Amino acid sequence: MVIGAVTLWFILEKVILIASIIGLSFFIAMYTTLAERKIAGWMQDRHGPNRAGPFGILQPLADGGKLFFKEEITPVTSNRFLFLLGPALAMIVALVTSTVIPWGAPVVTSTGIISLQVADVDMGILIVFSVVSVGVYGIMIGGWASNNKFSLLAAIRGASQMVSYELPMSLALIAVLFMTGSLKMSEIVSYQMANGWNIIYQPLGFLIFFICALAECNRTPFDLPEAENELNFGYHQEYSSMKLGFYLFAEYINMFVSSAVMATLFLGGYDIPFVNEANWGLAPWLYSLISFSVLMAKVSFLLFVFIWIRWTIPRFRYDQLMNLGWRKLIPLALFNMVLSAAILLWLKS
Amino acid sequence: MSISAILFWVLSVAALFSALMVVTSRNPIHSVIWLIVTFFAISGHYILLNAQFLAVVNIIVYAGAIMVLFLFVIMLMNLNKESEPARHRWLQLAGGVSGGALLLVLVAALKDTELKSQQSLMLEGNTGLIKTLGQELFSNYVIPFELSSILFLSAMVGAVLIGKKD
Repeated sequence: MVIGAVTLWFILEKVILIASIIGLSFFIAMYTTLAERKIAGWMQDRHGPNRAGPFGILQPLADGGKLFFKEEITPVTSNRFLFLLGPALAMIVALVTSTVIPWGAPVVTSTGIISLQVADVDMGILIVFSVVSVGVYGIMIGGWASNNKFSLLAAIRGASQMVSYELPMSLALIAVLFMTGSLKMSEIVSYQMANGWNIIYQPLGFLIFFICALAECNRTPFDLPEAENELNFGYHQEYSSMKLGFYLFAEYINMFVSSAVMATLFLGGYDIPFVNEANWGLAPWLYSLISFSVLMAKVSFLLFVFIWIRWTIPRFRYDQLMNLGWRKLIPLALFNMVLSAAILLWLKS
Repeated sequence: MSISAILFWVLSVAALFSALMVVTSRNPIHSVIWLIVTFFAISGHYILLNAQFLAVVNIIVYAGAIMVLFLFVIMLMNLNKESEPARHRWLQLAGGVSGGALLLVLVAALKDTELKSQQSLMLEGNTGLIKTLGQELFSNYVIPFELSSILFLSAMVGAVLIGKKD
């Protein structure tokens, strides 16, 4: 069967790929929650969760089951539809970003090339940014529909924080794009395979991007939308059961996807460091598997840094957050951009 | 019917319906959310015409930034009351007349462009891709491009100056 220029086989391939990426995101997010608590325990010289299963590896399932069976409460005064839309939107937006990330080297088979990327579009990284910019609505709509002053304040805080930190993030990105000369994620990776990782040439850009990613994911030290001591619980205060679970889970999926984006942009994506893997003569599927594992190793390292920072640095005050974003990171990112452009022009002439 | 034709009709219906809902919703927050849906539908049309950059920028700038500011203002001013004060009869009449006049002007201006609209290519051509766009903007249209960037800069400085007054 052929629909337009698209065969049924193509649709099947993409559906399987999308399903496995969503499954992977959920799986990693589940175990990031466990890793977070284990690492917190380790840093605070205690055991962390160790009751459910050996070493507590069933803890995420127990947590999820608990959330499912909790009573679901919808406040009487809230707007029912928007109250539902908030967590759904947060989850959808967290998952959509993973479509443009190349998860591994394409598999070459006798019938053709199977790309491990859902969509290798011309706009690549800009799609990620458009989804990130829409991500504000999950928090804003949820916080407003709760009809609670604390939730509303937290939602407005969260939205202004995310909008502010998008600017230095995109400015840091521009310096990377100067070098790679393409917005396509696959070409950004292949550029880095040929010329070395972007973090070597853009250390300042990576630092700015990482700080902004922390703020975009509402992670400590920028977790002001859920600052318990000021706002009770933050924008999801009125939520219970799995709707709350969606908000909490979306945060971990966001962490996973932003780690994958950072690994792709700055750490060479699925490139294996220090070796020229093209000379190994491996079977294509084996090579794809290894490259996928390498990307996952980089992502795991970045996730560890996220957690490490959470249990090390205390929360910023709101004015400090805004000062850092607008008065320090934006000028720094602009400086980085101009400097990179000047050096590139000088090298080319 | 091909897939792009089906998509075209679905997107058109979505755009028109959500645009109508923007105007008819009584709750301003609902209006803003319907406006966001409208922007997404229009971005879908851009993608059908292979104007990918325009589609993405439309979402980043309009749906992602400007609409957030709209929501900010409405939420902070607490304009969420369903019951608005009833408008004057003559005010409604004036609105209808001016809206109708605008419709008339638009229809009059667009009715002769039918020939051009038939030439727009769907799902092909690379005019909307970022490479073509960048080369056009920085060669043929460099002076208008730079002039508009100066205009934006001065607007930004003005906004900061007004914001700093108190």
